[in-house]
Amino acid sequence: MSADFLAALRSRFPQAADRASADHPAVNVPLADVVAVLKFLRDEHGFDLLMDVTAIDWSEGANPRFTVVYHLLSTTRSGSYVRVAAPCGGNDEAPVAPSVTSLWPGANWHERECYDMFGIRFEGHPDLRRILMWEGYPYHPLRKDFPLAGIETELPGADVVEETGTKVVAAPWRVDRSSPRAVRSTSPRPSLAPRTRAGATASPGRTRRRCGR
Amino acid sequence: MVSASTDYGYDSKVEGGVIVSRADAAINWIRTNSMWPMPMGLACCAIELMAVGGARFDIARFGAEVMRFSPRQADCMIVAGTVTYKMAPQVRRIYDQMASPKWVIAMGACASSGGMYRSYATLQGVDRIVPVDVYVSGCPPRPEALLDALMKLQAKVQREPSARRLLSA
Repeated sequence: MSADFLAALRSRFPQAADRASADHPAVNVPLADVVAVLKFLRDEHGFDLLMDVTAIDWSEGANPRFTVVYHLLSTTRSGSYVRVAAPCGGNDEAPVAPSVTSLWPGANWHERECYDMFGIRFEGHPDLRRILMWEGYPYHPLRKDFPLAGIETELPGADVVEETGTKVVAAPWRVDRSSPRAVRSTSPRPSLAPRTRAGATASPGRTRRRCGR
Repeated sequence: MVSASTDYGYDSKVEGGVIVSRADAAINWIRTNSMWPMPMGLACCAIELMAVGGARFDIARFGAEVMRFSPRQADCMIVAGTVTYKMAPQVRRIYDQMASPKWVIAMGACASSGGMYRSYATLQGVDRIVPVDVYVSGCPPRPEALLDALMKLQAKVQREPSARRLLSA
């Protein structure tokens, strides 16, 4: 079922290439064609629902560093789902991609989230503001060079800073080499160990009753 | 009859219908048994907070059933859930809008310490922006744990030098 729209897509857009995917079909397209490809899939193959707009950061030094991914679902053809990926333009600090708010108004918040987390500027977006972090926050937290625990910055409310003298602080973070996770993989679960020992000394009847509970 | 309580003295033979008490004891007795909470429900702990208000756990037994969504009518802010940095100014503003005397319960791991959210977005404990009186562990805490916190807060309020504070205010 998936082959028909993929074949049509390939004949219409020869520059579209298959993208490795474990489940649903996916295609790579050049950034310049992404809006046309999405419009084609929406209008001629029933992909009427934009499920998500997200991005991949291939980390510093990769070229291109950012890839933007559009997830489409068809509500008329059951089980039809496709991802369309395109490498972002611009530079690493300010990657750009075209907005698809003209095709799906719901893309508005998806693209705002993508901008907030990755810093991708969607050209043609009517209102490209941060959506999760506060206005004035200086970073894009889902970029690979951003530390997991955060970076110390100013609190969003200046009056709160004045009142409390506090800041946005990086969460406590350290690498513990004797972490419980490493122990857990090699030995039985610690919480079960005493019960196992008790079961070995108890009578079979008691063991059975325990199992039955 | 002479009462054994240190909070008030009553001798029916000597004083008839008169009870002698300390101002602190009387004020704290009033405050303790009519504490109106401000439900600052921010995440899943708020569900447990609702359970505390329901018939099964019934916070009304402790005189704290009047949940006030206006901070101006509330005595005790119960911060129930994850406080993000984006929400932090609002939490602080609501605390500032509450009339004194006021208390804060940090309900659950997130409000107490950030919990499992060690990230760029989460305030690592609401005590960074407001003074917390009681911390409740749990993720989320059982309703009984919140009731225990309320009883601990009541015990704390009973020891406060309220009369002195009122006179110096």
